Amino acid sequence: MPDVGVRPDPSFALLLRPKWLTARARAMANERGRTARLAVLGGMTLLFWAFIYAMLHRLLMYFRGVPDLGPFLAGKLLGLILVGFFSILLLSNIITALSSFFLARDLDLLVASPADWLKLYGAKLLETGVNSSWMVALLAIPMFAAFGTAYHGGVLFPLIVAAVFVPFLAVPAVIGSAITLILVNVFPARRTRDILSVIAVLAAGGIVLLFRIVRPERLARPEGFRSLVEFVTILRTPTSPFLPSEWVQRAVLGWLNYRPDWMAVYLLWSTAAAAFVLGALLHRQLYSIGFSKAQESGQRAARSTALGRASHRAFRPLGILKRELVLKEVRLFFRDTTQWSQLILLAVLVVVYVFNIKYLPLRGEGITFFLVNVVPFLNLVLAGFVLASVAARFIFPSVSLEGRTLWLLRSSPMPVRDLLWAKFWVGTTPLLLLALGIVGVTNAMLQVSDFMFTVSVMTITFMTLALCGMALGFGTLFPQFETENAAQIPTSFGGMVFMISSIALIAAVVVLEARPVYGYLSARLYGTPTSMTEMIIGFGAAALLCVAATIVPIGIAQRRLEAVER
Amino acid sequence: MISLQKLSKRYGSFTAVDAIDLEVPRGELFGFLGPNGAGKTTTLRMIAGILRPTGGRITIAGVDLARDPVGAKMKLGFIPDRPFIYEKLTGAEFLRFVAGLYDQEGPEVEHRARELLALFDLEPWRDELVESYSHGMRQKLIISSAFVHRPEVIVVDEPMVGLDPKAARILKDLFREYTHRGHTIMMSTHTLEVAETLCDRVAIIAQGTIRACGTMDDLRRSADAGTQGLEQIFLRLTGENAARELVEVLNA
Repeated sequence: MPDVGVRPDPSFALLLRPKWLTARARAMANERGRTARLAVLGGMTLLFWAFIYAMLHRLLMYFRGVPDLGPFLAGKLLGLILVGFFSILLLSNIITALSSFFLARDLDLLVASPADWLKLYGAKLLETGVNSSWMVALLAIPMFAAFGTAYHGGVLFPLIVAAVFVPFLAVPAVIGSAITLILVNVFPARRTRDILSVIAVLAAGGIVLLFRIVRPERLARPEGFRSLVEFVTILRTPTSPFLPSEWVQRAVLGWLNYRPDWMAVYLLWSTAAAAFVLGALLHRQLYSIGFSKAQESGQRAARSTALGRASHRAFRPLGILKRELVLKEVRLFFRDTTQWSQLILLAVLVVVYVFNIKYLPLRGEGITFFLVNVVPFLNLVLAGFVLASVAARFIFPSVSLEGRTLWLLRSSPMPVRDLLWAKFWVGTTPLLLLALGIVGVTNAMLQVSDFMFTVSVMTITFMTLALCGMALGFGTLFPQFETENAAQIPTSFGGMVFMISSIALIAAVVVLEARPVYGYLSARLYGTPTSMTEMIIGFGAAALLCVAATIVPIGIAQRRLEAVER
Repeated sequence: MISLQKLSKRYGSFTAVDAIDLEVPRGELFGFLGPNGAGKTTTLRMIAGILRPTGGRITIAGVDLARDPVGAKMKLGFIPDRPFIYEKLTGAEFLRFVAGLYDQEGPEVEHRARELLALFDLEPWRDELVESYSHGMRQKLIISSAFVHRPEVIVVDEPMVGLDPKAARILKDLFREYTHRGHTIMMSTHTLEVAETLCDRVAIIAQGTIRACGTMDDLRRSADAGTQGLEQIFLRLTGENAARELVEVLNA
């Protein structure tokens, strides 16, 4: 028994030990097909790195060849990327801190233990930082590698990058955690989660929109500016002189240009240290009050509304079971702020998409009828990709999210088929409206021919059904029943398999339709006869493929779900 | 009403339930007892159609669960030990949804739902989202959901966990009254007092096999326990007497 008066104090390492042991157990787990999964994941990561590295390296080599302006362009590019990283890190840390500091399941145990407040703060800050920064760190590797090789950074370059990047990751972790701490002290945790998800999505949407409106691609076309002086002035202006991203840029470029900027390194470390001290002091003052508040639930009533009664009536023809399944899906979606708030981001993406199409130089000299009509066809590829991403976010996780309530559905007499089709239609209907909206508006802007209009509308309809069927099917085949956060589910292995399969489907549809479309355009341009057989085979095969891609995955998912034991 | 024949469940080389036979007739309140990890929950989840048996047969109200799962489940209500339900539905919506799963709706269902919520003091919470309910309130809501469609058979896993004394008392009365009306309830519990006073018959399961089954008198006879209570019979039949000496444990 410890002596009276000696205060037991779990060490910092002990507080982190469960996380480390969990990660190790997960890594050592002897699951079936694990090697294949790791190989695919590793291969995809390497491919992704190689792609980023190759693109950036090529661009930087081009900049190196531009006399006088080259270094400014490279600096501006690095500055823009780092500001983007900093914004993402800050947002990500704010959101992650809410769960790691206030909602995690291990907190009851840790807060009730005699752990010192500073160690608890350090452990949770590290957890928050790692969880929200790993993706940015992975992205940064090929980026810095490209800068290092293009400008001959030397063997010490990785060390310099590590020395500046660690405090660069630490600062947003401390600031993000502090913002969350203050918010939780103002609102209850459940409300804070709602508010944060909306703020985060609005901010992310804002960044995307701002980035598009700024049109950074103009920097690569100096002829678009009124004068060279104006262009150089823009390039010379620091992106953000008081942000850590600027200091990282200065330190990295200084090293690459043989003029090391140790002041920038000093600023980064001293700011990180000062932020940590201030963050810890704030934590000491506010954490216990905030944690106590976080345990309060935000009581929310949901009384019967006119809209609710109207939807009840509208779904009446479906019969009792299907109507209740559909209503449940709709209610769960719209009452979960973390779910519907992402629609805002989606709206921003659609605006950006339409904005990009609007600025396509498709009028004027040299632009042929052929090009104007091929663009909407290729537009299908991009629209398909956007739809696949949306399906991955909203439809793919829907079966996984039933994990904890599967006992109810499995013990009831409801056929699994009805549940899956209810999920399919609830997810597909809005997606189909979105798809038709995107394609309709962009086609109208491009003033395409009636034939191409019909082809693209039909294709996007079939493709949306197929992508939704596949999202539901793959989501059931690769379920994440233990994950509570729907946003994490699409980033799983199954999510990646779904995205790869979606790209394959989109490619197959475009390839099958390419021949009849080419035949039609040639006929319009050169007066060659159109072949009906070619049209029937091409469009028919594409439609059949889409129908199969809709039905087969749902059939497989049904069998899989019937065999699930939970 | 519930018939288990040579029911087994294996997880790899581990046998959780080992060829058990059991008959629970109509109108009986049947208790299922056993130490932790004995196979109680596995058996109940197989009866509820959540887990698939490795071998054997389950019949509910004369319907074979494997051959006609939908038909068998129509006659069944299940109350799990952990109250996981949709956080973003209100209590009233959840009950309506469960009734919908059994193809039931209308004024009768609404009336039943109101009565059940009132019985468990949940009426003021009927329009609040489940996320604001306490553990006990969620348990009460799940219990209500098993009664809302009036099944012939109810299978309950640890019904008393998280309930306050008043709710526990109401639940016991509800179970008793429901079986008096000809329905059947099979429940697992660790509260031996509940099993002893409430159940018509009790089965004790350990390491996947049924060690004893019958009325309290039957159990006493099979355990050679004279006039001893259920606790002593339970410990004798499940071999839990071989517990470590407390003094040794606390001195360690």
